[in-house]
Amino acid sequence: MSEQQPTHRPDADEPATDAATAEDVAGEDASAEAASPEDGADARPVTTGSESVVRALEGAGVEHLFGVQGGAIMPVYDALYDSAMDHVTMAHEQGAAHAADAYGIVSGDPGVCLATSGPGATNLVTGLADASLDSDPMIALTGQVPSSMVGSDAFQEADTTGITSPVTKANYFAGDADTVGDTVGEAFALADEGRQGPTLVDLPKDVTNGATEQEPTAGRTPETYDPPERADTVAIETAADAIASAERPVILAGGGVIKAEACDKLREFATEYGVPVVTTMPAVGAFPEDSDLAMEMAGMHGTGYANMAITHCDVLFAIGTRFDDRLTGGVETFAPEAEIVHADIDPAEISKNVHADYPLLGDAGTVIDQVHDALDEERDTDMAATGERWEDWRERCLEWKSEYPMDYAAPDDAPLKPQFVVETVDAATADDTIVTTGVGQHQMWAVQYWTYTQPRTWVSSHGLGTMGYGLPSAIGARFAADDDQSVVCFDGDGSFLMTLQELAVAARENLDITVFVLNNEAVGMVRQWQDGFFEGRRMASEYPWVPDFATIAEAFGARGYTIDATDGASEVEDIVSEALGYDGPSVVDAHIDPTENVYPMVPSGGANGEFVLAEEQL
Amino acid sequence: MTEGLQGPAPDERPQPSGRRNAQGIRIDPAVAAEPEPRRTVLSALVENEPGVLATISGLVSRRQFNIESLTVGTTTNPETSRVTLVIEEPDPGVRQVEKQLDKVINVISVRELGDDAVRRELVVLNVHGEEPDKVNAVTDMYDGETLDAGPRTITVQITGDEQKVDDAIDAFQQFGIRELARTGQTALARGEEWTTHAEEERYERMQTQS
Repeated sequence: MSEQQPTHRPDADEPATDAATAEDVAGEDASAEAASPEDGADARPVTTGSESVVRALEGAGVEHLFGVQGGAIMPVYDALYDSAMDHVTMAHEQGAAHAADAYGIVSGDPGVCLATSGPGATNLVTGLADASLDSDPMIALTGQVPSSMVGSDAFQEADTTGITSPVTKANYFAGDADTVGDTVGEAFALADEGRQGPTLVDLPKDVTNGATEQEPTAGRTPETYDPPERADTVAIETAADAIASAERPVILAGGGVIKAEACDKLREFATEYGVPVVTTMPAVGAFPEDSDLAMEMAGMHGTGYANMAITHCDVLFAIGTRFDDRLTGGVETFAPEAEIVHADIDPAEISKNVHADYPLLGDAGTVIDQVHDALDEERDTDMAATGERWEDWRERCLEWKSEYPMDYAAPDDAPLKPQFVVETVDAATADDTIVTTGVGQHQMWAVQYWTYTQPRTWVSSHGLGTMGYGLPSAIGARFAADDDQSVVCFDGDGSFLMTLQELAVAARENLDITVFVLNNEAVGMVRQWQDGFFEGRRMASEYPWVPDFATIAEAFGARGYTIDATDGASEVEDIVSEALGYDGPSVVDAHIDPTENVYPMVPSGGANGEFVLAEEQL
Repeated sequence: MTEGLQGPAPDERPQPSGRRNAQGIRIDPAVAAEPEPRRTVLSALVENEPGVLATISGLVSRRQFNIESLTVGTTTNPETSRVTLVIEEPDPGVRQVEKQLDKVINVISVRELGDDAVRRELVVLNVHGEEPDKVNAVTDMYDGETLDAGPRTITVQITGDEQKVDDAIDAFQQFGIRELARTGQTALARGEEWTTHAEEERYERMQTQS
């Protein structure tokens, strides 16, 4: 089932509709009739359900798709043969899902992944669950056995809509060829609007093969779908009163701030009123970390100062966050003295994990504007010099910054510190560089020791914590990034080993990605917990058997580099700069101090204010 | 070993004395009561799409909502069905069930019905038929109906609110209940009040059309 599909990557400065690109993709006979997302009425009439699906994607402005071929999805791929959209064949469907997810994070538009029925669809599930917990915009199209065989345990049959129901915002079983294009359009719109999330359309082979002349209409969400935009005026006024009368206010920015494109508004508001800003992990980059007001990430491995600010604030203005347990620690000790103003587009997040004293339902950007305006009005009357009133609080936050610095110890004779690798790469790259990661210790060092100043430059698996997310997400990010933007991936040896087959894709497409494997020959986070909580009984966590990643990279057709644990700073800098300079995929296998652990740390369920700074404090 | 970061240790830091309860509500020590679970009825109007019921039951199960019964049936609109759920949750839990249901794309609207809602359920009981007169008497007492009577078994139906059905089942125990089937509660808001907003809109649209 694996006739090689042509894979192309149109130059980023040439739109996918460009005639030359279309000709290139479609072959010699179809160039003049290539699809054009802009002018819906296409010269190439729709004849099958598959063509309607492809037309719906083109109509939604899709430029790249990530997928893997297979029996039941073949009709859709056949229709893609004539499309100017660029299909990136991935090595594994999980890779396709993560690539589409990262594409969605970086571009803001839903990423698209395709897979066949049965194992193809089930391999997408991890990526869907990941996108679901992180509210990432994404649409998955899966092949399905013909409708007449559904339920018969046919070859490569799986109950895809049943299996993915808990991990999608909505999913669809396409009923017939006439409506399948509209269904795909609706799924795409739904992934994008309101609280973003993954959607899925299951495509039985008889539907995709079915005859239809029905052109899909522009994708729309269902009439009953009506996410809130502006928060209630009275609610805004009472919430603004609460903020205005605070003594120790903190803004907690969540991933929703980035999703809503509200980072500029956040920055203006926080800066004008001088309110310290803490972020959740998905919101890293929402507020420039080089600002005095930036307390950076809070939670389990957040900075000490972020956790002190949250613990001691009296009003917490939380925007677009779902109060995940890795952020809150035990809820009974989370911001225990704060009144909580919670703005969210999803009513179900209000008072789900932490009670909201002032709920604000709406789009993050709109709500920030509303609160900002309301405070401006109050300031004009009786809230003069609010900014000065909070001067003491800001001073205290700054003191915490110097009291709990993110300074790791690096004696001269110590093996290479992972934090140093992160800092070195940060220093060697531009501010708009995109960082993707796997999951584990390396992920925490990558978030802690890199200074993020721009939204959509931090791409990680937050809610689901999917090891193996790093490389495929770097591939997806690469397609969404500007040409002059760098993409680097920090991975761990355990995490990289889970999806490194996608190196074949990076090499085939000659994608400029640099992977830094912070190699401690262990699933380090587990090892750290075993040492801290399981009396050092290191069951199944030590990986002295991991392969030589530089050689692996070379075998795939990428460049491979090795940094030894004993290498000095200048050798590290040289290799980092050489790898970054290579115009193509490269892997740097950096052997780090295997004893290094991630701090600060709030033990699971503990109080944020009681973060520990070293193992003996556990 | 120089592992770790610098700064005052946890026990050297000032810690606030405030607390929240398990629902994340700040505790006022004077009124630090945990919300008590209560039994209530939610009514949801849903689109007649395949898988809606599976989605709803899956949602209830994976979020560990405490559910007593769930019924579903069509409405005057062939495109919609009404799902009635009886749940037992503290107040924040009730709000969560309501909001999580409302998020399901095929759910058109959801509402918690008040205590005065009209609620009914039906039970069909198959009891031993040795004492038909007595069975008939109990059936009459509960305004029930005999559906089938044979030499050895009698099948009756009783409708009513949950309490009445519970009582009836107790009363039939004396004859020996062979099997029973309960439907779970279905309900509508009382009087002119609409059970779900979406139906009110549709009703008014249809009135203006005719």
